This record gives sequence, structure tokens and C-alpha cells, in this order.
Amino acid sequence: MNLSHELNAMAAIAYRDLMKFLRDRSRIVGTLVFPAVFILILGGTFGAAAAEGRAFDMWTFVFLGVFAQSMWQSSAMGIISLLEDRENDFSQAIFVAPLSRYTILGGKILGESLVSLAQGVVIFAFGLLIGIRMDVSQALWLIPVSILVCLYGGAFGLLLMANMKSQRGAQQIFPFLLLPQFFLGGVISPVDKLAEEGDVISLSLDFLSRISPLRYAVDLLRGVFFGGVEPSQGAVLASPAFNLAVMAVVGGIFMAIGTAMFVRQERTR
Amino acid sequence: MSPPPIIRVDHLVKRYRKADRDAVADVSFDVAPGEFFSLLGPNGAGKTTTISILTTTLAPTGGTVTIDGHDLGTDAAGVRSSVGITFQTPSLDKNLSAEENVRLHAILYGLYPWRPSYTLMPGAYKKRLADLADVVGLGGDIFKPVRTFSGGMRRKLEVVRSLIHHPRVLFLDEPTTGLDPASRRDLWTYLLEMRQTADTTLFLTTHYLAEAEDAGRICVLSRGKIIALGTPTDVTASLLERYVLLGAADPAALRAELSAKGIAYTDDAPGSANVRVAADEGDVQPLLKSIDTPLTSVRTVLPTLEDAYLALVERDELGAREEAAGLGEAGIVLGDALGEGALVDAESREVIQ
Ligand SMILES: Nc1ncnc2c1ncn2[C@@H]1O[C@H](COP(=O)(O)OP(=O)(O)O)[C@@H](O)[C@H]1O
Ligand SMILES: [Mg+2]
Repeated sequence: MNLSHELNAMAAIAYRDLMKFLRDRSRIVGTLVFPAVFILILGGTFGAAAAEGRAFDMWTFVFLGVFAQSMWQSSAMGIISLLEDRENDFSQAIFVAPLSRYTILGGKILGESLVSLAQGVVIFAFGLLIGIRMDVSQALWLIPVSILVCLYGGAFGLLLMANMKSQRGAQQIFPFLLLPQFFLGGVISPVDKLAEEGDVISLSLDFLSRISPLRYAVDLLRGVFFGGVEPSQGAVLASPAFNLAVMAVVGGIFMAIGTAMFVRQERTR
Repeated sequence: MSPPPIIRVDHLVKRYRKADRDAVADVSFDVAPGEFFSLLGPNGAGKTTTISILTTTLAPTGGTVTIDGHDLGTDAAGVRSSVGITFQTPSLDKNLSAEENVRLHAILYGLYPWRPSYTLMPGAYKKRLADLADVVGLGGDIFKPVRTFSGGMRRKLEVVRSLIHHPRVLFLDEPTTGLDPASRRDLWTYLLEMRQTADTTLFLTTHYLAEAEDAGRICVLSRGKIIALGTPTDVTASLLERYVLLGAADPAALRAELSAKGIAYTDDAPGSANVRVAADEGDVQPLLKSIDTPLTSVRTVLPTLEDAYLALVERDELGAREEAAGLGEAGIVLGDALGEGALVDAESREVIQ
């Protein structure tokens, strides 16, 4: 195995994904409308109610949540597209190339992450437009964190994809896996007080929230953004270091298992 | 001493998950370096399955494969760097330009470092691309999106792309299906030329029997099994006789004379006035000389590979139906009738000498 060959190939695969996205206008428009609607509706109405008695700006809270969630989900969904072109498109030509399978899937994750970041830039601009305030260092910190969130989403998508037979199946399952995480992961409303009541339902919800992969990505982004601010009444759940560690371990496991399963499934049809 | 085979397939078996029969059932063959080898067979015979296994995208259920000295089971990466493939289904990225497709492929094979644009690529790449564009007849269109190309152009581009890393073995899975005759001929001119200059081993599957006639050896698959393997001439000859078709104003007299002289003949078709007499090229002249009955027509019929192929496949499929139905004798009778049927087919491609 030649490392420079593998890295160049990974870059080429990733770049192809980005090009594909940038040339697809309808996809660009489609991926931006959804987050915009969410920020406007939820931040304005639903969020305002939840923010009662809290010392942070609900608009910012929701914006950061949707910002992280959009990039995370877009990376995950992007990986699923590998299923679509498994049979009839370019992926078969990539898989016969003399490359490590990790290089190929890593390139795909990188590529979908770049696509998600491109979307992130636009959502960010939209955030500025609706009046989200931040200083320069906060804005700059969003960059590395966004990259991590995207890669983490890609690893999640890979694990999902490796367990799916077809793109259609994946698209049917996806809402069931994503929608709950919208709430459990604390995208639009704080989840710090889920276990407060202490009854079975609250405790289960709290448990489900803790096993939602998205929770840690959203919380990392908010933690870094609100950085230093004392645990602002549920705006942030855990320290960035903790979230980062969870993401690294969980993401690494997703990626390793996902790749192994996908390759096995590919070859043992 | 002949060189060791570049492809060695030994008792290859593939059963797809949940399938109730083997898609490839105990297949063994060798291919020599530089050989033009053609895998034939009806749809579903197992050709694509075989190619997928040989190019590492599908795991076999049993058997061993060695390509260019690399064992498929232990050195898939070695196999991958030795082979190129043009898939049965299109595999170009239609969102990219032809150049971008070629560039991506070249980088995946480690020929050049990745650069985000054509301008930044090394000179050697640009030169190579220009040569390829010439070969495909694309010229400046090489920078246009693949979406805008005709089917023939795309196919040719795929073939050219699969050759850019100089594979020792090139697999072509029905490369000309769906192409018009001109594009098909074009592509073949290029392939045969390339084969001469680069000494690439060609492994072809096709439905156009004429393409397989140029092959050094053909291998006919049916229902996952090899039913014939050899040079096109041998396969044809082993199956179907060459014969002379004779017609006379007085068919009864002709038949009587042939019988009297001990020359075996068969009716061309049930109820037909014409008769067939088996005869190789050298036998035709003596045969005609020995017949006194005035002849009204003489045709020498040379069965083509296509005739042989059709006869083979029909016979095999009949055998399968027979097995399934548990018919013994009735099947044999039917089989005979069918053998004749194949010969009747041969007439449509007769050669008039
Ligand atoms: N992915 C698959 N899963 C199950 N069966 C398959 C699959 N692909 C092909 N087959 C079956 O295997 C047999 C051989 O198919 P294939 O190799 O594509 O034939 P060919 O290329 O000769 O037309 C067929 O019966 C086909 O239905
Ligand atoms: Mg096929």
C-alpha cells in the first residue's frame, strides 16, 4: 500500500462528490430550504415558549442546533447515496481500483462532509441575516467544529448504509432514526431537564437522549460557541472535551464497523 | 514451453444468497497471456457473475482464481492492479466531463497525483489525455459533460478509460450492446489495434457471435456450466457438419442414385425435395463428379459459429427441461429433432461456392 497514492485517491473521490453537488442546483436549493424553515418557525414560536425563564437567547440556541443538525444529517444522507449508485453508476468503477476500502469510504465521507460544509456556510450566512450575534472568535471556532460534526455524521451514515439493502429502504428508515433525534438530541429544545420528573417515561426519554448520536455533535458546537459561559441553564450539557471524546470513539467505531460490513455485503451478494 | 496462464480458474462456484441454484457451477479454464478469450452464453448464463468474481467485486462461493500470479482470495489488491474492466452497465459519472472521468480514474490507479483542475495536472497527463481524446475521436469535446455524449462515444470512453493504467488483462462485459454497427466496428478496430500494440489479454463476453469469431478461444456457458470450450473453428466443427445441398429436377432419381452409390444423404427438411450430403471442402468436387442425375442447384453450407452456438444452447436447455420433467426417451427423440432444427437454421447463412 502506497500512502501517497491512497491520499491522492481519497482527495479525488471527495472532490468528485463536491463537484457533483455544486453542479446540482435543485439539490442546493432543496438542502437549504428545510433548515431555514426550521430556524424561522421553531426559533420564533416554539422556542420562545421553551425559553421562558432561561438566560440565553432561544434564537441562537435553535440556530446552533439546526446548524449542527443540518450538516450532520446531510453528511449521513450523502453517504446513503452510495447505495443508489452501487449498481448503475460510478461506484463499481471505484471499487475495482487497487485501493484500500477504507480509502474509498473515507474519501466518500470526506466528500459528503465538504458538501455539508458548503451547506453550512449558507446556513451560517442565513443566521447572520436573521440577527444571530457572535464575535469573530466564535465564528472562527465554528469552522473546525463543523468539520468534526460532518465527519461524525458521515460515519453514522456509513454504519446505517452498511445495514441497508436499497436507497429506498434507507429513505424509509431514515425519518424514524432522525426525527426522534431532533428532540432527543436537543436540536430545538433543551434536553437538560428530561429526567427531572423522575418517572419511568422521563427517565427513558433521558436515556434515549443520551444514546442519540446527534446529541453530542449539537452539544459540542454549542459548548464551543458559548465557550466559557457558565453552564447557561441547559444551553450546554457537557464540556466540549467530553463531547469530543464521545464523538471520536463512537465515530471511529461506526466507521470501522460500517466499512467492514459494507465491504462484506458488497462482495457476498 | 508455453508461458504459464495469466488467468487460472479452478472449480469456481458461485451461489447468490437465497438463490436455489448455482449461478456459476464448477467452472474451470485457463487463459494464456495475450490471448483473446471470449465467454459466450444466453442471458443469465453466469457471464457477468464470473467477471465480477474475477475482478474482485464479488466473493466466490468456492474454487480458486489466480490472475497474473495474484491469488484472488489472498491478494485482491494485486488482482485489482492487474485488471481493467468495462462493465456491462454504464459506469461513467454523467455529472462530470469526459476529462474529469478519465482524470479521476487515473488518480485512483495511482498514475498521477490529485490536482483540483485540469490546468494543474502534470504535462505527462495532458499529453496522455490528448492521445486518448484522439483515439476516441473526441478532440476538444473531452471537456464536455459526459451527459452530452452519444451511447457509442460513452462506451468508447469507458473502454479507453479502463486501459489507461495498462492492465495486463482487460475484461469487457458486453461492450458493444446497444451500439449501432458503425460504432461497434469502430470500437473493435481500436480494441484489436490496442491488443496488438500493448499485448493485453482480452476477456470478452458478447451476444454478437461475429465478435467472438475473432477470439482465439471461446467458452460457452449455459446455466453456469461450460458446455463448449475451444477455438471457434473447433467448436463449430465439433458440433455441426459442413454439407452440400443438392437439388434436382427429378428428386426421386437423385435419391435413387445416391442410395445406389452408397452416398449417405438426408432430406433438407421434412417433405423437401432437396437433399443434404455431408462434405468437407475437399469432398465437394469428387461428390459432384460422381453424380449423373442432372442437378438444378448446388450449395455448400458452412455452419457459422452462431449456428453452432445456437445448437449448443438449445441442446443444453432442452437437456435441462428434460431433467426437470424426468422424461427419458421422449427427450432423446426431441433432442434429435432439435439437432436438425439447428441445421435448418444454418441455411440462412449458407455460403455459395
Ligand atoms: N445479485 C444477484 N442476486 C441473485 N441472483 C443473481 C444476482 N445477479 C445475478 N443473479 C443470477 O445469477 C445468474 C447469472 O447471472 P449473470 O451472471 O448476470 O448472467 P449473464 O451475465 O450471463 O447474463 C442469473 O440466473 C441471475 O438471475
Ligand atoms: Mg451479463
